[in-house]
Amino acid sequence: MNAAGTRVVEVTRAGALTTVQDLGRAGQAHLGVPGSGALDLPAHHAANRLVGNPPDAATLETTLTGCALRPSVPLVVAVTGAPCAVRVDGRPAAWGTALRVPAGAVLDVGPATHGVRCYLAVAGGVAVEPVLGSRSADLLSGLGPAPLRDGDVLPLGVAGGAVPPVGAAVLPGPPSVLVLPVLPGPRADWFAPHAPAVLAGGGFRVAADSNRIALRTEGPALPRIRTDELASEGMVTGALQVPPHGRPMLFLADHPTTGGYPVIGVVPPEALSAAAQAAPGTPVRFVPSHGIALRGIALRGVPVGGVPVRDLPGRGRS
Amino acid sequence: MRTLPAGRDGLLVELGGTDEVEAFYAEVLRRTAAGEFPAARDVVPAARTVLLTGLPDPARTARELASWRVPPAPPRTGTLVRIAVRYDGPDLAEVARLWDMTPREVVATHTGTGFRVAFCGFAPGFGYLTGLGDHLRVPRREVPRTAVPAGSVALAGPYTGVYPRSSPGGWQLIGTTDAVLWDPARDPAALLAPGTRVRFTDADADADAGDGADAGDGDGDGADAPGDDGSGAERAAEDTSDVPPSGQRGAR
Repeated sequence: MNAAGTRVVEVTRAGALTTVQDLGRAGQAHLGVPGSGALDLPAHHAANRLVGNPPDAATLETTLTGCALRPSVPLVVAVTGAPCAVRVDGRPAAWGTALRVPAGAVLDVGPATHGVRCYLAVAGGVAVEPVLGSRSADLLSGLGPAPLRDGDVLPLGVAGGAVPPVGAAVLPGPPSVLVLPVLPGPRADWFAPHAPAVLAGGGFRVAADSNRIALRTEGPALPRIRTDELASEGMVTGALQVPPHGRPMLFLADHPTTGGYPVIGVVPPEALSAAAQAAPGTPVRFVPSHGIALRGIALRGVPVGGVPVRDLPGRGRS
Repeated sequence: MRTLPAGRDGLLVELGGTDEVEAFYAEVLRRTAAGEFPAARDVVPAARTVLLTGLPDPARTARELASWRVPPAPPRTGTLVRIAVRYDGPDLAEVARLWDMTPREVVATHTGTGFRVAFCGFAPGFGYLTGLGDHLRVPRREVPRTAVPAGSVALAGPYTGVYPRSSPGGWQLIGTTDAVLWDPARDPAALLAPGTRVRFTDADADADAGDGADAGDGDGDGADAPGDDGSGAERAAEDTSDVPPSGQRGAR
């Protein structure tokens, strides 16, 4: 895909944390492989669309401080996600639409003016070698390409699709308050009956140690009624896992495939892009979803035939 | 047994223990391969549960599961992997003390046990192996090591595991192997997958006498080793990590 080895970009400023991301590695969680992939998928998709790429083309995901690149050939690029100043050789250029960058010019994706993560798509995609079917950098397990460093040279794919004549990304801006719907379960019954009210009551903020693995929160502790240990169980993306300190953490793309703390509820996928753009300090409001709660209750206690039906196995041991 | 909601398209199926998990997981794979069950995005066995994600209609699937007759886990006909171990781990003496044996007897017990990968997690290629009897459970180390070398063979709770790469670790280290547990460039990348049978052999004895250990059958699959892997306990400050090993959180 790497035409004559000449279609490359040089990283002139890697920024705080810039990674290659695509749609990730689904279907390998049973081997302990996280899903990974772009945290703000709508922004990733929009950037690819703007430059005529297919949805699975790899983009660059920046964190807070942007990045800068110098292409070896003329390129069509687009920057989406968190709003930021885009410059080409120092001259202001448009965010959220396709741009032409001359060979040798420096494309600078500036610091996010608000929000966290910008997505930079290049026509043809970033063509680093895929690992287990994906080019995504997985920061939990170290799969895929390492985060960019100054001086890295990234291969580019051959631009196939026509660049749409006029395009602009229409995306919601980064949230000033992060509102997250929560579908209760699977371990909502490990928490006190008033825990949903604590969740919904506000008082949470995005913690500074949030990353691609989890959005961590500061705020009140969620009261538990069961304090025994939970045997490790599979974790979904969007799980609100509650460690012993009681403050929920929202599992994002690089989350571990299994975990040993109870999950009070799950945030649906369409709400995770806002979580990806919520900067530290952003207030967080969880909204337990009543309609789904009813369905959740209906799901409980369904016996499965053929193996002994029993209640929760005893957990008294330690 | 219960089915619990896990997001809009997921179900967490809660089972009685490792044998039921094995049986249910095998049944899901069999029915999926036969086209009798919607292909899930992920099917993730764990200590007492199997997680199904990407289901088109989880409520319907939950009802359907109610009618399943899950046969006992099939006989141990899965892949058998032999892993040669140098039993030179720094915690071998401590495990011997906990087991009330000599270190040689620990080696004999470990190499004489048929193991099975109950589930994977913590890191790509890290398997939680059951097979040791319940009386052989060992606690994690009170103070985790900041770096456990790749290839370390370790015990914690009812499980044996092999560290696929260097990481912090709280398990008791009894030996070392040169086996490559995880290689993304290999197909399959993981040496151990759920259901894989494992025999550990004594590399030093092998050097003397050839491959001594033999799998045979009847690997007592460790009764029900309901796995508390102790995730939370040892790491109040440690959030995401599921396991074992340690304090690893992996984030950069």
